[in-house]
Amino acid sequence: MSDVLAVAEHRRGELRDVSYELLTAGRQVADATGGDLHVAVVSGDTEAFADNLNREGVDYVHTVGDGEEFDHDVYVQAVEALHAEIDPQVLVMPNSVNGLDYAPAVANRLDLPLATDAVGIEYDGGLTVTREMYGSKVETTVEVGGDQQAVTIRGAEWPAAEGVGDAEIAPFDVGIDDEGGATVTGFEEVGGGDVDISEADFIVSIGRGIEEEENLPLIEDLVEASDATLASSRPIVDNGWLPKNRQVGQSGKVVTPEVYLAIGISGAVQHVAGMKGADTIVAVNTDPNAPIFDIADYGIVGDLFEVVPELIEEFE
Amino acid sequence: MKVLVTVKEVAEVADDFEIEGTEVGERYLEYDLNEWDDYAVEEAVQLKEEGPVEEVVTVTIGPERSEETIRMALAKGADRAVRVWDDALEDADLLDVETKTNLLEAVVEEEDPDLVLTGVQSGDDNFGATGVSLADEIGFQWGAVVNALDYDHDAGVAHVHRELEGGVEELTDIELPAVLTIQTGINEPRYASLRGIRQAQSKEIATKSLDDVGLDAGAIESDLTMTAMYEPESESDAEIFEGDAGETAERLAEVLREKGVAE
Ligand SMILES: Cc1cc2nc3c(=O)[nH]c(=O)nc-3n(C[C@H](O)[C@H](O)[C@H](O)COP(=O)(O)OP(=O)(O)OC[C@H]3O[C@@H](n4cnc5c(N)ncnc54)[C@H](O)[C@@H]3O)c2cc1C
Ligand SMILES: Nc1ncnc2c1ncn2[C@@H]1O[C@H](COP(=O)(O)O)[C@@H](O)[C@H]1O
Repeated sequence: MSDVLAVAEHRRGELRDVSYELLTAGRQVADATGGDLHVAVVSGDTEAFADNLNREGVDYVHTVGDGEEFDHDVYVQAVEALHAEIDPQVLVMPNSVNGLDYAPAVANRLDLPLATDAVGIEYDGGLTVTREMYGSKVETTVEVGGDQQAVTIRGAEWPAAEGVGDAEIAPFDVGIDDEGGATVTGFEEVGGGDVDISEADFIVSIGRGIEEEENLPLIEDLVEASDATLASSRPIVDNGWLPKNRQVGQSGKVVTPEVYLAIGISGAVQHVAGMKGADTIVAVNTDPNAPIFDIADYGIVGDLFEVVPELIEEFE
Repeated sequence: MKVLVTVKEVAEVADDFEIEGTEVGERYLEYDLNEWDDYAVEEAVQLKEEGPVEEVVTVTIGPERSEETIRMALAKGADRAVRVWDDALEDADLLDVETKTNLLEAVVEEEDPDLVLTGVQSGDDNFGATGVSLADEIGFQWGAVVNALDYDHDAGVAHVHRELEGGVEELTDIELPAVLTIQTGINEPRYASLRGIRQAQSKEIATKSLDDVGLDAGAIESDLTMTAMYEPESESDAEIFEGDAGETAERLAEVLREKGVAE
């Protein structure tokens, strides 16, 4: 019971980035436990996926061929069966949207303590994870007891595994019980429309700091005066103040402008996922501890209602 | 048909704060209804207004203080509330998913709902796991990160959209009984009206101890122990502009001109 089992993720025919990050995190834990790194890949073109997952440090890739796309009933049963077979010390899964849809059920069914959204994992006779609280304003270390443990990892925290390994690739037969109850009927792309913020050079992005819809024209004036493209964090779109195609982040658009000016945005991980690739990041925020300043190149700790009018004047 | 909505009171941390041991000092915390649960309550209340749902019950694991938040959910249209708490929970610094699952399971058994709505995550300790763990425990179907819900009462099926990453939504049909974890933006949560607030005062909040829900101390033994809390080391090498609004705006304008994105 010193092995590690990591569960890969794919969508519409492609492995997602987090799959390769899981290999790095999994290898790190397996080095500490002195065990093998097992990788599971469930549904879809598992043969092709297994070839890609066979990277340095991977000892086994187990393929479960049932189904095409993610289906939590299949994933839960597959991981449950593999867990029984491999008996790993630590089970590692992604803290992705699909991870949220099966990892807690797996942990519950296997009676494993679950630590989600880990940004760091240590194993030293016992498992300790690092995770954030209060919108990334504090970090905590959490000891995870129990005989065996389950962890989900945050995306983009571990580097992707590289190279080619010499893993043993083996099909694993689960005998999925298709009890049904939840059936995926299709996919839909959202957030289309007339503007494509991912093409913009200069983005002025507004967050919940704007407080009221009535205050939005202030930002629109800045956008016009500085010839920028308007974008926003999620709450602005959730409130219906801007259309979905303006939303930056994990569930919106990924943007890579020359300059990203974040105004009244805290810098939640799901927002940062959409804009960390900008060349220059500038933040205006009243809270000096806001996580956005961690990734900013320039910052103003101040009230947007005072700063933005002055900034507009600069360009008028 | 009955809907059970899990409602958490979450703590928000002030801009400046201090950590005391493994907690943020109480005086730096403000309590509020979890953002995601606000949307879950609204979705349940809308289902009631549209017809198929007769009763919306909320359940909260929380100390007496959380009744203020519970009243907010009642003012927005929930019919009554259950609050589970026990002295034995007072000392836990972190209620792990397993503990919450056990406590909520006991309430589900008593209430026998057809549909359970939870939030995707709690804004303070963001496990993002309680709803799906509960679903597995009580043998309900489930769907996580639901941002559209169309309920077909005759078929007993919820047609949902699950919001995946990158502007892609998964369309899924889920048979009831089910647990759905609700994503922000699924609806427009209402503000409590004065009338709603008045009515909430006379709605029932049933308080239950471990004993009342038929559990013993073993059900709340957590495998997760918080051993440290600290402010993350800032990796920031950001240049912070000093001065008043005019001065900082001027410096920022210079940077934008230097980068060639504004004139
Ligand atoms: C599955 C999932 C997917 C998600 N996808 C996305 C996504 O794609 N994009 C996204 O953005 N979010 C996403 N989120 C939500 C994310 O977790 C945060 O809730 C959101 O990004 C917060 O937006 P915000 O920074 O505007 O608001 P807040 O976090 O509330 O921050 C507001 C900021 O404004 C500052 N402020 C307040 N007043 C002023 C003032 N007068 N002047 C200057 N500053 C001020 C405050 O100090 C604070 O830092 C997702 C969440 C989940 C669970
Ligand atoms: N203490 C609690 N009381 C009631 N519901 C809770 C509690 N903790 C979590 N939940 C519910 O579970 C969801 C996910 O929370 P979590 O798994 O803690 O991130 C929340 O949005 C709530 O709906």
